[in-house]
Amino acid sequence: MKLASIKKRLPSGRHWILSGPYLWLLVFFFLPFVFVAKISVAEAALAIPPYSDMFDWLDGVLNIRLSFANYQWVLDDPLYLYAYWNSIRMAFWSTLLCLMLGFPMAYAIAKAPKSIQPVLLLLVLLPSWTSFLIRVYAWMGILKNNGLINGVLMWLGVIDDPIQMINTNFAVYIGIVYAYLPFMVLPLYANLVKHDQSLLEAASDLGAGKLTQLLRITLPLSINGIVAGSMLVFIPVVGEYVIPELLGGTQTIMIGKVLWQEFFNNRDWPVASALAMIMVIILIVPITLFHRFQNKEIKP
Amino acid sequence: MTGARFSFSKFVFWLGITFLYLPMIILIIFSFNESRLVTVWGGFSGKWYVELFQDQQIMSAVLRSLELAFYASTAAVILGTMAAVVLVRFTRFRTRTLFSGMITAPLVMPDVIIGLSMLLLFVAMSQYLGWPQTRGMMTIWIAHTTLCMAYATVVITSRLTEMDRSLEEAALDLGASQLKAFMQITLPIIAPAVVSAWLLSFTISLDDVVIASFVTGPGATTLPIEVFSSVRLGVTPKINALATLIILTVSSVAVGSWFLTRRLNTRLSLQLAQK
Repeated sequence: MKLASIKKRLPSGRHWILSGPYLWLLVFFFLPFVFVAKISVAEAALAIPPYSDMFDWLDGVLNIRLSFANYQWVLDDPLYLYAYWNSIRMAFWSTLLCLMLGFPMAYAIAKAPKSIQPVLLLLVLLPSWTSFLIRVYAWMGILKNNGLINGVLMWLGVIDDPIQMINTNFAVYIGIVYAYLPFMVLPLYANLVKHDQSLLEAASDLGAGKLTQLLRITLPLSINGIVAGSMLVFIPVVGEYVIPELLGGTQTIMIGKVLWQEFFNNRDWPVASALAMIMVIILIVPITLFHRFQNKEIKP
Repeated sequence: MTGARFSFSKFVFWLGITFLYLPMIILIIFSFNESRLVTVWGGFSGKWYVELFQDQQIMSAVLRSLELAFYASTAAVILGTMAAVVLVRFTRFRTRTLFSGMITAPLVMPDVIIGLSMLLLFVAMSQYLGWPQTRGMMTIWIAHTTLCMAYATVVITSRLTEMDRSLEEAALDLGASQLKAFMQITLPIIAPAVVSAWLLSFTISLDDVVIASFVTGPGATTLPIEVFSSVRLGVTPKINALATLIILTVSSVAVGSWFLTRRLNTRLSLQLAQK
């Protein structure tokens, strides 16, 4: 290729373009994880910063101290284990809910006339550009005990006492589906819109019903979009903090919230780091999956 | 093509749209409520807006956040454009997988992990390098730039992949330098994507509460941190007013820029077709 040979003759520009973003990401995205790993094997200490040093130099001897007590502490405590399990479970169900709501929505956009598709897509995406925090906050006013739903129901005489909705898992599910739905619809639409309609026509000519077409053609073809969209919801939700904090109650134990409390309330940086490391290990498979399917989507 | 399934998916679509918009519409309506209680309609009033504008703490947080978002999204778009060129044009180099992985991971990585890891980096840096001495706007800027850069790269990459490369190759054949060809041919073509990447980065930076809470320092309370701390205590009409202003501003800018880039796109493709 001609361009390739030109590029080879100009190595300096190429390296400059490459090294800018590369170095930035290495220093500010990759390197931080090295420190998380390092502090997860330190001991909590009453110092600034509140953890012990890994290396110490005493009488010409370099001592390296690795304490796995934090991991042991986390893995022995049923509360932490429950927090991980509960986060994964809640992320799974909310991803499924997003998929069930998002797939028909993406399908409807992809089937709409070409000229109005961008408008419909904008309609779905617009809420995701406005503040996440405020959209979660909006539900507080609707769900709380003297909030809109309870107020209307009591005014109508349907109920006498308010239904407890805020500070429950129900509210957290609503908040998650509400906040993450656009992230499900976008990759699904991007996938569905590329489908070759002649396949469906051929199936229809051969006598396949609508349901058969959906199950045998549309769904298998959209698997990349389904995986990408599901991972785009599932992974961040596992570590979600704002939604369980604002809408959940004491029984909504999610790992993001636990990590936050360990860090800010207990000031136990090493345990918070160990919690983060375990979360990264749990999420590494979904993230790899997302990466692979997203790359497949980008490539034509 | 009008079967039962089409009406079903259409039905779910409008149901989903109602679900997405109704809470925000309710929020906007109640921001004009005279009464402090959410359920009681005490008549139309703009007094919460007056109170909001008199709140010095919130107003200075607004300005601080806008400034921060401006610098973070600008840096993110510059780095993101470079990263997109690397991803699309440099198909083979060692550790490309690591590079593209570092672009994808921030998109989905939970905020608490990014926030914690960034903070630990800054603490270690100030320990070993003596910089940054205090955390504040600078550290939030770095964290936001890193996060937004990933989004910017994805947006610009998709545009760069679709782009017809023959124009750039023609410029190179005619003796333009790589830099000149990029600046005069490629950049104008991908400009709509660069603009949307900038706007997307701006909204992400303006919206982040978790990462900023970790890496912030004294005197650097951004708007989301301010809002979050007051929202935790419950629903207040003043925050309703602020939320309404944010929703209306962001949506009008988003819709406006969307129409603009669309027109830019069609005009650009028309011009290219004429040539």
